[in-house]
Amino acid sequence: MELVKPAIGLVFWMVITFGALFFILAKFAWKPILGMLNEREKTIADSLEQANKARAEMAALTSKNQDLLNQAKEERNAILHEAKEAADKLKNEMLAKAQQEVEAKIQTAFREIEIQKKAAITEVKNSVGLLALDIAEKVIRKDLKGNAEQLEYVNKLAKESNLN
Amino acid sequence: MITAIKNNFKYCLTVIFLAVFAVFTASANPEEGAKEGKFDAGKLIMEHISDSHEWHVTGEGASTIALPLPVILYTDKGLEVFSSSNFNHGETTYAGNYTYKLNEKNQVEVVGANNEVDAAATDKIWDISITKNVASLFFSAALLLFIFLSVASSYKKNAGKAPKGLQSFFEPIIIFIRDDIAKQSIGPKYERFMPYLLTIFFFIWFGNLLGMIPLLPGGANLTGNIAVTAVLAVITFIITTINANKNYWHHVFAMPGVPKPVLLILTPIEIMGVFLRPFVLMIRLFANITAGHIIALSFFCLIFIFGEMNKGLGLGIGIFAVAFNVFMGLLELLVALIQAYVFTLLSAIYFGAALEDPHHHDESVI
Repeated sequence: MELVKPAIGLVFWMVITFGALFFILAKFAWKPILGMLNEREKTIADSLEQANKARAEMAALTSKNQDLLNQAKEERNAILHEAKEAADKLKNEMLAKAQQEVEAKIQTAFREIEIQKKAAITEVKNSVGLLALDIAEKVIRKDLKGNAEQLEYVNKLAKESNLN
Repeated sequence: MITAIKNNFKYCLTVIFLAVFAVFTASANPEEGAKEGKFDAGKLIMEHISDSHEWHVTGEGASTIALPLPVILYTDKGLEVFSSSNFNHGETTYAGNYTYKLNEKNQVEVVGANNEVDAAATDKIWDISITKNVASLFFSAALLLFIFLSVASSYKKNAGKAPKGLQSFFEPIIIFIRDDIAKQSIGPKYERFMPYLLTIFFFIWFGNLLGMIPLLPGGANLTGNIAVTAVLAVITFIITTINANKNYWHHVFAMPGVPKPVLLILTPIEIMGVFLRPFVLMIRLFANITAGHIIALSFFCLIFIFGEMNKGLGLGIGIFAVAFNVFMGLLELLVALIQAYVFTLLSAIYFGAALEDPHHHDESVI
């Protein structure tokens, strides 16, 4: 059976050729190919990981932004509230002050009126006294002349004095 | 209707093809008949599947058209190199340090003065000729180098980019060998075996495919030659043995958990197994590929066997034989790939067994 008897020549060339083929391919083909494949797979894995990380960061950032927004809203509300309170307080104070002033003015006015009134009354009193004295003097002087005439005179005086 | 015409057309083509073939055979037959009498299918098949000192294209006997290949002989009188065309397809002898002739098995023999074979001198010469299989081996090695060096260079060119062309064809195969053969069978230390596994896979696959091409760059039965498969199997055996750890030898010589009397039987079996595994690797590839060649050749021979009885019968059988050979060819394409895969996978499994850790026993790898 020649078929199952390995020919020495072919074995010889097979060892040499296959050996050379193996070493050349191993060094110049398989090494760079497998290296590049590994590198590419690593790059893809890294990229995926980075994408995931970026996504997580984005989510964290978004929630942080939301927090900031909420905080800002709260602060704004607080500030508005405070401002409103201050404004209210000021308004009330001013109102109170104005009222006080008005009251004080009214008081002063009353006092003034009182003083004026008193002064006027005093003046009236003085005038009345003088008038009475005047009249009395004139009455006394006329009385000495006659009755009818006296009466007429009194009336005339009264008309003249015209007390209002 | 159209399909019917198409089918008819196909049928006509086949008939024309076979008719041409038959005429060719008819013209060849008288010569053959004159020399050897009847058509010898067994001889034809054996010639096709065994090695030769010339690369046969067509023809028979003196009308053979073949590419002569260099004969290289290492004799006790020194190295001899001459063209195999000197033998005139076995018709004549060549006188160098000795007088050589080709026998019917295409082997170089030393002949004495009376043209009788000198067996003692023949045993002394070492025939390291560039035979058909050696030439085919060179061709497939060159093809592998050309393809994979260009693939490697396109990896460098396309660094960080998607693969292109040839690179994208071979990349999934390389990844398959790495992930599904090496990583699965060998485990974490797979990386140092990758170059060998890739080389044998593509060497066997390309060799199988080249064997299926009937014309010159192919046509040799390289991976179906026992010398080639033996060298591959021996390399696998050597790598396994060199890398084998204590645990591997422990399993061979003293299988743990087995009682001593049983070991008396088991140990010889295990030792035999160590050698049997590469032996089976060698036989499997050789037998599968050679069988594929024999089947294809047998069906073509049927045409001529029946053609000798009756030309019409030969034609009829021809249609059947061609159709069957197309089917077999498709099957052989698959077998070419499967045998490369099996050889690579089994080598990887043996490496894995040699490296196996004593602590865990992965029963999935048998």
